[in-house]
Amino acid sequence: MAHAQEHKSHTALIWKVFGILSVITIVEVILGIAKPDVLHLTKILGTSPLNIIFLVLTLVKAYYITWFFMHMADETKSLRRAVVWTSVFLIIYLATLLLIEGSYINDVLAPLVKWNY
Amino acid sequence: MEATVATETNGKTWSGGTNKPLGASYGKMMMWFFILSDALTFSGFLGAYGLMRFKFIESWPIADEVFTHFPFLHGLHAPMYYVALMTFILIFSSVTMVLAVDAGHQMKKGKVTFYMLLTIIGGLIFLGSQAWEWKNFIGGSYGAVELNDGKIIQFVDASGHQIELEKFAITSHSDRTKLTRDKGVWFMSESSLPPFSIDEVMAGFKANPDITIRLEKIDPVTKKKTIVPRAEAMNYLNETKAVVKGANLQVNEYGKPLFADFFFFITGFHGFHVFSGVIINIIIFFNVILGTYERRGHYEMVEKVGLYWHFVDLVWVFVFTFFYLV
Repeated sequence: MAHAQEHKSHTALIWKVFGILSVITIVEVILGIAKPDVLHLTKILGTSPLNIIFLVLTLVKAYYITWFFMHMADETKSLRRAVVWTSVFLIIYLATLLLIEGSYINDVLAPLVKWNY
Repeated sequence: MEATVATETNGKTWSGGTNKPLGASYGKMMMWFFILSDALTFSGFLGAYGLMRFKFIESWPIADEVFTHFPFLHGLHAPMYYVALMTFILIFSSVTMVLAVDAGHQMKKGKVTFYMLLTIIGGLIFLGSQAWEWKNFIGGSYGAVELNDGKIIQFVDASGHQIELEKFAITSHSDRTKLTRDKGVWFMSESSLPPFSIDEVMAGFKANPDITIRLEKIDPVTKKKTIVPRAEAMNYLNETKAVVKGANLQVNEYGKPLFADFFFFITGFHGFHVFSGVIINIIIFFNVILGTYERRGHYEMVEKVGLYWHFVDLVWVFVFTFFYLV
């Protein structure tokens, strides 16, 4: 699909992606500095909505970098799946186990930590 | 005999035929698989960081309070701005890299050279920024004391803001000098002296009735560090083991030493990737100038180092999120 248009310039697309990445980063920084109480102090899915927003925005950025800067969109479906599915599956698997175990250790350990002297 | 001789490859196809597995050249496909394995390495590190952070979820340092410096703005509380700037530098050098790849597709040598140069400069600026960030982290901002059980106690003024040791500690002009190997037992030395002794900090604390202390423990409701009323503060301070300024691998004025360990290790590992990326970019830059790829007929090598460079940017996006935002 892409090989037909390989010699055409993609400059416009590149600057558009740069714009998207910049806007996302600016939004992240504004939210990170302002930390609105509604998003920061409430809880949803085990963490604050602010953290969920940051994670989603990060994944969106990762998608744009991989697809348009690394030209993953132009690779064959098989190569794309070999790289993307493998990493996504293994990373989610690892992160899930480690974070569940981390909170378990915290459940056991936290009551034993002395904070008043 | 001919069977043992490696077939010549021209860089475009795999040896042994014109069919390309997965539609990619050998070099590009291997770069993708290298990136995949490197991504898993980084997720191992970030996952370990997540494990330790969840383990100490109610006493982990708050990033906003750790990284607050900005060049030329001394003493101003500027969280996030500097690291946002670093992120922009890296994203922008990614853009110039992809522009170089794009120019390579059109066989425009001049443009490739120019954009490669911009990418290298962007990478060097990022490395410099990271060195400055490390310098501030190692140097510290407020100073704190460490208790016998390893907990960090920070000092706050009446409004609940952290206050520097310099602002209240009373210097007693003691003669404590740095221990070096030639002064004591040959295997004992210390890298630096804390700016004040324990007695100086305690004397300053007693002389300033407005000051109180802050624990590492995060209040689950307000998500701020717990401030201890002054009346109870001495119960904690009597346990003081050392005065801490800045951060290193053993102790860290911001809280858990693990935070500093992971920060140094992960941003250091990422910085090393940026450094090797800059070196590889420089090599390719000179190859472009020498016309190597012009003669070869394609600029695929630029594309391959481009993949690596974008990957470094990709990793930074995650480091940024997990160290500074979440």
